[in-house]
Amino acid sequence: MWSVFPSRSSCFHTFGANKKNGTLKLPFALKIASIILVFFALIAGFLVDVPRLDILNETIRNLFFHVTSWFAMVFLFIASFGYSIHYLNTGNAKSDLLAKIFVQTGMVFGVAGLSTGMLWAQYTWGSYWVPDPKLNGAAVALLAYLAYVVLRNSMTDELARAKVSAVYNIFAFVMMVIFIFILPRMTSSLHPGNGGNPAFSSYDLDNSMRIVFYPATIGWILLGLWISELKYRIETLHKKDEEFSNASPIHLDGD
Amino acid sequence: MAISQIAKAQPAEMADTMRSNGKIYVVVGVVTLIFVVLFTYLMLLDRRLSALEKNDKTS
Repeated sequence: MWSVFPSRSSCFHTFGANKKNGTLKLPFALKIASIILVFFALIAGFLVDVPRLDILNETIRNLFFHVTSWFAMVFLFIASFGYSIHYLNTGNAKSDLLAKIFVQTGMVFGVAGLSTGMLWAQYTWGSYWVPDPKLNGAAVALLAYLAYVVLRNSMTDELARAKVSAVYNIFAFVMMVIFIFILPRMTSSLHPGNGGNPAFSSYDLDNSMRIVFYPATIGWILLGLWISELKYRIETLHKKDEEFSNASPIHLDGD
Repeated sequence: MAISQIAKAQPAEMADTMRSNGKIYVVVGVVTLIFVVLFTYLMLLDRRLSALEKNDKTS
């Protein structure tokens, strides 16, 4: 339906560009799909049969909410990475704006993942923060993206800001992959799927949980895209408004 | 009685009481309501933004 890595010619097909007025919109059907899938996740997430495991007990249901928000974050960061590369290829200011927005929305999901993970850890691992490579890695990755936002805000020249932050975004993405997906797998981790194991074969995901987990993941990702779309439209309007107010005094002088 | 038998048969403790007396549906109802409100709000924001974009084009 869309490509994560936008090609040169069709960079806005992620959102489905409206060619008539040049605005960028997530198709309405995907918004409805997001609503349906998120509600499915919420309702089925509480009601579906889950494996009876010691220590985890009913908290195993957190998989539908905690893990899915991390997945949404990773997806949004991949999208941001793609738009940063696209920006460096084409110099299109829209791609720079999209890269920024996807990082911002992704970080919201990342903070949700981190805080829900802390609460879950307190009741299963015995502490809000345990010295687990995945936890520390996730924190470092989020800090790397926080640095992206700080870096952007520290620069006033628009062109320099766009270029430097696009290059930094590629670095931050690689850092995230290393700290969340590679390093925890090289040592032992409390998280399932780490310590040398591929992610899903060792998950205690039985079939009834998969039926909820995958739609839930797609639902939260679509919600992330929807929020990003709204942010993009707001910022575009804001930009137009600024251009208009900058241009109007000249226009008045002309009169 | 029946619950304690289930609990003996299954080693891990789950919220079986909450399920058997149907109180779990109250939780599901509350969460669903909160998200109905949130999504309605998101939809309204979306529509308001569309209206602003329309105005912006015509002006």
